[in-house]
Amino acid sequence: MAEVVWTTLRLAGLTTVLLLILATPIAWWLSRRRAWWKEVVAAVTTLPIILPPSVLGFYLLICIAPQSPLMGLLHPFGIRTLAFTFTGLVIGSMVYSLPFAVQPIRNAFEAMGARPMEVAATLRASPLDAFFTVALPLARRGFLTAAILVFAHTIGEFGVVLMIGGGIPGKTEVISVRIYQLVESLQYGEAHRLAAGVVVFSFAALLAMLLIDGGPHGGAERVTTP
Amino acid sequence: MSVGVEGRFAGALGGFRLDAEFHLEPTGITALSGPSGSGKTTLLRCIAGLTRLPGGLYVEGEVWQDDRVFLPPHKRPVGVVFQEASLLGHLSVRGNLEYGARRAKTAVLDETIELLGLEPLLSRSTGTLSGGERQRVALGRALLTQPRLLLMDEPLSSLDAGAKAEILPYLERLHRTLAIPALYISHDAGEIARLADRVLVMDAGSVRPAAAHEALSLDGLGPAVRDALALAALRAGLTPQA
Repeated sequence: MAEVVWTTLRLAGLTTVLLLILATPIAWWLSRRRAWWKEVVAAVTTLPIILPPSVLGFYLLICIAPQSPLMGLLHPFGIRTLAFTFTGLVIGSMVYSLPFAVQPIRNAFEAMGARPMEVAATLRASPLDAFFTVALPLARRGFLTAAILVFAHTIGEFGVVLMIGGGIPGKTEVISVRIYQLVESLQYGEAHRLAAGVVVFSFAALLAMLLIDGGPHGGAERVTTP
Repeated sequence: MSVGVEGRFAGALGGFRLDAEFHLEPTGITALSGPSGSGKTTLLRCIAGLTRLPGGLYVEGEVWQDDRVFLPPHKRPVGVVFQEASLLGHLSVRGNLEYGARRAKTAVLDETIELLGLEPLLSRSTGTLSGGERQRVALGRALLTQPRLLLMDEPLSSLDAGAKAEILPYLERLHRTLAIPALYISHDAGEIARLADRVLVMDAGSVRPAAAHEALSLDGLGPAVRDALALAALRAGLTPQA
């Protein structure tokens, strides 16, 4: 059981870190562009929310199968397929949770408005400098929300990981898949323990997120009187 | 012959058309007045490089913009004070002051801190400041980059009368020590009379000197006369021409 928990946490942690890095430029671009067609891009990044996991899993499986043109590019490097591998699982989880990363970060960037970046520019900060020293710190709540959502959502996924991971013990078997298999084989005792753990964890994650969102603006303000 | 700042911008922005030509003396505060929507803020943004319209801008003989050159805002040694203080909320007062100074590679000057009375505020979080204190920090932050041109966009208009009264003496002290050209947007005749050396008026996207003649010089006049002149200039600017 420790093994399956470790695989799950490793998957959720890795997905969260990589997805925040990937989602940041997308969210920034979406928050700064005024073109109408940017919403087309926004819709594509939001699609995984409403697509059935089986549909997503099916297409992902086709993309990472040995015959896919995408994998063809990796054949020279000795990689034939990513189906039923941990790497494939990470990629699938990233696609599956993409909207949960992009949306909160985009909202945070939009709430900030254009002014802080203009102020930074008039204080001699280059756009890249200002992005890292002004935009990112000002959007930190959005990043925290995105991180919690992605981590929790990855732990909660079932359909996609089953389809592209196959539930290979020690490799691609995660908690949700293990619970399914335990129930199938009528091992309710262990299923109970894992399921209860997921409920407790998910509640804690949601509570943390609501506390971050509802907390006083700017977080803990330090008041120092002269 | 004085150099100062020479600029002209002509172009359309949405439905608005700016066609402004102006000159700022090498020192002293030039007030820019005029009805709302006449393009004052747009002109200031063009000078700072935040808005790009075709034209030219020469500061002390240096090209900031012409047909081939456009210095991005972060390459222009300009200090900007916006209508709202716009302090960076994730930084302390000291952090805000140092942000620009560090990038402009200038020292945080004790004189500036003292001039604006910022010493007691340094370790405060920006969220705990009053409106007047915030604008003083914003002004200090702009000055600490040691700009060659200072732009202020109605820095007092969002303040109540008490806060205005508190900050005006600091601006007057700044006025006496400032060795660079400054542009000060304001509607307020009292403010202009107390702070400005010259008055320019904007109307429907173009700039002209206050009153009928050249940019009105308020140097060396008594406060009462300056008040009256500034008021006259303002009225001239605010009344549509027949």
